[in-house]
Amino acid sequence: MASSIARAGSHPTAERRAPGSTATAARPAFAVRGLTKTYPAARGRAGRGRNAERPGPVRASDDISLDVARGEIFGLLGPNGAGKTTLVRQLTGLLRPDAGHITLLGHDLVRHPRRAARLLAYLGQESTALDELTVALAAETTGRLRGLGPDAARRERDAVLDELGLAPLAGQPLKKLSGGQRRLACVAAALTGERPVLVLDEPTAGMDPVARRAVWSAIDRRRTGNGTTVLLVTHNVIEAETVLDRVAVLDSGRVIACDTPGGLKGMVSSEVRLDLVWRGEPPLDEPEIAALYGAATVAGRRWTLRLPPERARSVVAAVTQGPAFAALDDFTLATPSLEDVYLALGGRGAGLERS
Amino acid sequence: MSTSAISAVHPLAPGARLWPALGAVYRAQLSRARVARIPLLFVATFQSIGIMVLMRGVVDGGGGEEARAVVAGSAVLVVAFVALNLLAQYFGQLRSAGGLDHYATLPVPAAAVALGTAAAYASFTVPGVIVTAVTGSLLYQLPMGGLWVIAAVVPLAGAALAGLGAALGLLAPRAELATLCGQLGMSAALLLGVLPEGRLPEPVRWLRELLPSSYGVDALAAALAPRTDWGSVAANLAVCAAVGAAALALATWAYRRAALR
Repeated sequence: MASSIARAGSHPTAERRAPGSTATAARPAFAVRGLTKTYPAARGRAGRGRNAERPGPVRASDDISLDVARGEIFGLLGPNGAGKTTLVRQLTGLLRPDAGHITLLGHDLVRHPRRAARLLAYLGQESTALDELTVALAAETTGRLRGLGPDAARRERDAVLDELGLAPLAGQPLKKLSGGQRRLACVAAALTGERPVLVLDEPTAGMDPVARRAVWSAIDRRRTGNGTTVLLVTHNVIEAETVLDRVAVLDSGRVIACDTPGGLKGMVSSEVRLDLVWRGEPPLDEPEIAALYGAATVAGRRWTLRLPPERARSVVAAVTQGPAFAALDDFTLATPSLEDVYLALGGRGAGLERS
Repeated sequence: MSTSAISAVHPLAPGARLWPALGAVYRAQLSRARVARIPLLFVATFQSIGIMVLMRGVVDGGGGEEARAVVAGSAVLVVAFVALNLLAQYFGQLRSAGGLDHYATLPVPAAAVALGTAAAYASFTVPGVIVTAVTGSLLYQLPMGGLWVIAAVVPLAGAALAGLGAALGLLAPRAELATLCGQLGMSAALLLGVLPEGRLPEPVRWLRELLPSSYGVDALAAALAPRTDWGSVAANLAVCAAVGAAALALATWAYRRAALR
């Protein structure tokens, strides 16, 4: 135990706490120390040569330490494959870590993984178990299995469906709904039967703005009214910036930063992001443009540059005149986003969503 | 441990109790029938009726052993199709797609999920079994007085086959293997159930003894005889019940192994 605390201490960013009373911080909802999980090497597949190199073991959680305060909306941000879902599956008792400690509301989850089901509600990425049920029955059955009596389950079902605007779809099977509506129905199931902690893996994936707003209002209502703690997985940076109290940025199984969205952006505030979108071929024969090419992250016709503000001003002046301007379709100049933080911290960038 | 640390331990919410949870799973699974299972139930019933029509060409009507074997075997085949084959597929797919996580993060006893689902699949088969048995009795001129035995055969053979199907689906390392095992199990129930036992070679007869559905077939076949040997019916149903209990225990163990680490 002593060694894991020492390791946690060596993670200065992970030890920062949410703005709030020290009493809350002293009794975190989740306390994670030195969490490590390695998936064994994949077995060779048919079609590969016998001597072909096999992928080695993957360390999906690499000595992760973090605290989530009670009543906090805490986000895990990172691209696909960063280890977010593996971490969440360990935090919900679904996966046993190789090493480390998880305490959920004072309970040792590594030793008693089944207690998680009596403390938290989990929304996974899959809806297979509910797909053929109607929206109403999915919520009601989940409530019943969460320990509610028949009347309480029906009452909560009706309240949650009204809250999320799902009442008109109550009789529809999930299978027949659009992706966003189906996701919303799964959120309804997760919210039926109160729990002090909600663990939501990409809850708003595929939803329209109205549905997203309904989900965030429902979550906020539970936090304000009941002090519910929310642990949220996302790879949507806009969502992360607007709804989260604190974010842990994950890359290759490690927490590379953990702070408030504002605090994280403060780390890279000396730079701004300039996006240039060309109509066709960029005018590389212009020396100024050719010089930018080397510094830009190129994605199709879009160039993304991270520059000090003065340099950005001179680049904007250069591209808004002459042949460069004729070739330019659009440009945007923006202050740093969480995506920039992520890239500045050494993350691989691909896979983060901006919508 | 300090006082503040002790007070920081949040009380656990009560878990769902076995019977209410089993009822909730059963109700939810049964409702899936309306969405997805009715066409498959038609397939199962038509398959059994088709087999009886085919066999009518070579088997005489009346109360003979062969006629009773064909009708009883075809009726129990509906149970094998739905409870063994479809349930193995369902659990195989649920497991491979990560759908079991939904149940694993709810405070529900393992037996409630395994038994509730198995019971629902066994219930799907009731109309198909009745239609098949009545059609067969008419087709082969068998007395229908003993058909009430279906009320015992369906739950007991259903428990055995659904338990086996659930265990296959949950234990198979891949969803395709679960489907394959379910298909093979159903084929075995077809071949070993529909053909009269007296016509089978000795090693195949041993195989037939190992198949849980055979006892359900024998019980129903005995009940369709002009002069029913109720002792034989009861003995076969007792074996069926014992195998059913074992299969459901296996299914619960398999669920626990697949869903909870």
